Amino acid sequence: MTEEYYPRIVGLLCNWCTYAGADLAGTTRIKYPQNIRPIRIPCSGRVSPHFILTSLLSGADGVFIGGCHPADCHYNEGNYYARRRFSVLKSFLDFVGVEPERLTLEWVSASEGDRFAEVVTAFTEDVKALGRPNPYSRKELED
Amino acid sequence: MRKIGVFVCHCGTNISSMVDIDRVIESATRLPDVACAVDYQFTCSAPGQTQIKDAIKEYNLDGVVVAACSPRMHEPTFRKTLRDAGLNPYMMEMANLREHTSWVALNRGEATAKAIDLVRMKVAKVARLRPLEEIHLPVTRRALVIGGGVAGIQAALDIADGGVDVTLVERSPSLGGHMAQYDKTFPTLDCASCILTPKMVEVASHPNITLLTYSEVEEVTGFVGAYKVKARIRARSVDLEKCNGCGTCLEVCPVRVPSEFDASLADRTAIYRPFPQAVPAAPAIDRESCIYFKTGKCRACEKVCPADAIDFEQENEIVEVQVGAIVVATGFHFFDARKYTEYGYGSYKDVISWLQFERLTNASGPTGGKLRRPSDGMEPKSIVFIHCVGSRDPSKGFPYCSRICCMATAKHAVITRSKIPDAKIYSFYIDIRAAGKGYEEFVRRAIEQEDVQFIKGRPSRIVQSDGKLLVRSEDAFLGRQIEVEADMVILTNGAAAQNDAAELAQMLGIGYDQYGFFNELHPKLRPVETNKAGIYLAGMCQGPKDIPESVAQASASASKVLGLLSRDQIAREPIIAEVDPGRCTGCMDCMEVCFFTAVEEDEFMERKIAKVLPGVCQGCGACVAQCSDGAMELRAFSDEQIHAEITALFAVEVAR
Repeated sequence: MTEEYYPRIVGLLCNWCTYAGADLAGTTRIKYPQNIRPIRIPCSGRVSPHFILTSLLSGADGVFIGGCHPADCHYNEGNYYARRRFSVLKSFLDFVGVEPERLTLEWVSASEGDRFAEVVTAFTEDVKALGRPNPYSRKELED
Repeated sequence: MRKIGVFVCHCGTNISSMVDIDRVIESATRLPDVACAVDYQFTCSAPGQTQIKDAIKEYNLDGVVVAACSPRMHEPTFRKTLRDAGLNPYMMEMANLREHTSWVALNRGEATAKAIDLVRMKVAKVARLRPLEEIHLPVTRRALVIGGGVAGIQAALDIADGGVDVTLVERSPSLGGHMAQYDKTFPTLDCASCILTPKMVEVASHPNITLLTYSEVEEVTGFVGAYKVKARIRARSVDLEKCNGCGTCLEVCPVRVPSEFDASLADRTAIYRPFPQAVPAAPAIDRESCIYFKTGKCRACEKVCPADAIDFEQENEIVEVQVGAIVVATGFHFFDARKYTEYGYGSYKDVISWLQFERLTNASGPTGGKLRRPSDGMEPKSIVFIHCVGSRDPSKGFPYCSRICCMATAKHAVITRSKIPDAKIYSFYIDIRAAGKGYEEFVRRAIEQEDVQFIKGRPSRIVQSDGKLLVRSEDAFLGRQIEVEADMVILTNGAAAQNDAAELAQMLGIGYDQYGFFNELHPKLRPVETNKAGIYLAGMCQGPKDIPESVAQASASASKVLGLLSRDQIAREPIIAEVDPGRCTGCMDCMEVCFFTAVEEDEFMERKIAKVLPGVCQGCGACVAQCSDGAMELRAFSDEQIHAEITALFAVEVAR
């Protein structure tokens, strides 16, 4: 275990705000850690709790959900559903013994490339600080 | 087993400088469903697309991964490539190796590892894609234009001239916007009214335009080709049909309140017409200042009206319009110069804003176009202009450049010279920005021919003493403090987004930036489209710009609208939700979460199930995440496809 811990983070990014914000971070050449693997989804309201569980079970060290700021959702209220499901799932993770800090939900708009880089950097640091997930808790999730 | 082609783009060196393309290809080749993996310098170019088409035929591909830029950039391009090659356009996914990888990575190793992962994830998704057919929907051949300034006017006229009906909604009692308040326009010194008012008349008389003034858009629902708009026509208290615009009522009204149009330099009556050339000419009663509405007595205007047009009982009216497309041209407002307390705007009468200066030099303004200072009516002999009030100043105003102020100040200085030939004119600037046809020449004319002293420096304070204003500033070229005595100071305050811009953006579902300016879809290639299909932008609401640019953008929006509405049907992406009747238990949770009421009850084998209306569903997927039976799926973003992406990420351990 001499190799440096390199956490892998699944990013579920809504097409209209956060995915576009991540694009803007690119066009403006803002650098940030590359641990995140973005998956494009139409809306944060599309995020099924299963996606998060699948990610953690398959070996993700963290899951980052990105949506539009409250009141700015392209589909009007998808981000509110995301927020509700997110808070329930967080307490569920806590219940089964997975650190809830491995999951985050951030609002990043299409014009906030710098903010995308900031929140991803911060989350990557947080996940690094948590260290490798406890294999027993993963076992717990499977059950 | 699928036969997937992977096409990795170098994007010149944009991707290849940070990503080891050979390793990406090598790793993709080893994936089970991949039939071929090749690279090219510019995959989006004609030879790059030909490479894809040839490979589709040669390897009989049934799916494609393009590893290049953001799908928000070139997804439509490559879908078309697939269609041209006879493959269903929805059998393609893009791995974002540029915006999400090469441009943001700290080192080549990290970027390459991410690129390899992203390609593998997309291959896994493409292996589970299904061919989709576009949905065709009818189009309502009418457009809505929000805002009746020069941009809205131009857009409405261009659309109407193209034979499409337009509804133009303007918040104030008259068309015209800010441009109607200006005296002259740079750099030609065209009289603003002379070029604008004929257009206003044209709008009002155009057979294809329905003009709603003193009105606001209250609700917008629906989608491209079929928007439903509710507009509130505020009670004008004057019958537009009966009023002949004679203006007798204006003479008898006893009320005086500051005139918005004259930037508070003059008063107006409670029944008022913002300016004499207003369109429509019929005045409106401002109910908040009208004596009758406050006390129940007066009705002086009613007594003198020869057309019996005054109607105190008139009520707000809601009208509903169906439109296929919308142009947003809601303009801007001027930055509030009171935030610069050191300049004393609001307390020193002779420190005025740019807009007030426009009114003071305008022939229809409060002084009849004579340049007189507000405090005592004296002709100012020493005049100071201060640039960038609120612009390029993140501490008090905005970090951006308002773009129009340098030229406007040069124009003001030239107008001042023509009105007061012996005046001393000073212009304090940070930098002069005069990019535009004839602009630099105009500024040079102000400096060289009109004897305007341009001083590089931002004034630190204005003090009033003995009826004079002392402007203290640095002179950056001389490197020392200077003090200029002025009779009048004009603050060139910058442009800000409308205060309620965010509310409108949220109502329409379009994006906006941190200042409240609306976002275009792509800054270079799609400058007037928004992230909502069928909604376009024109003028200052998208960002600071001058009149020629606003007009150009308005015409661009109009041509987009005409292009869209020239078709009988529009094709919509088939990315919508669908129900598996066998698994649906009819709990209707999906209906609960659907904002668009795209889900309704249906029957299947004598039991209740949910049904998605294809023309209404917007494809957000909220219902899919809500369904506890796994009966709802979102095409192109199904559970199976997204799970495949996630698990593919962790399927291989890549050495880092």
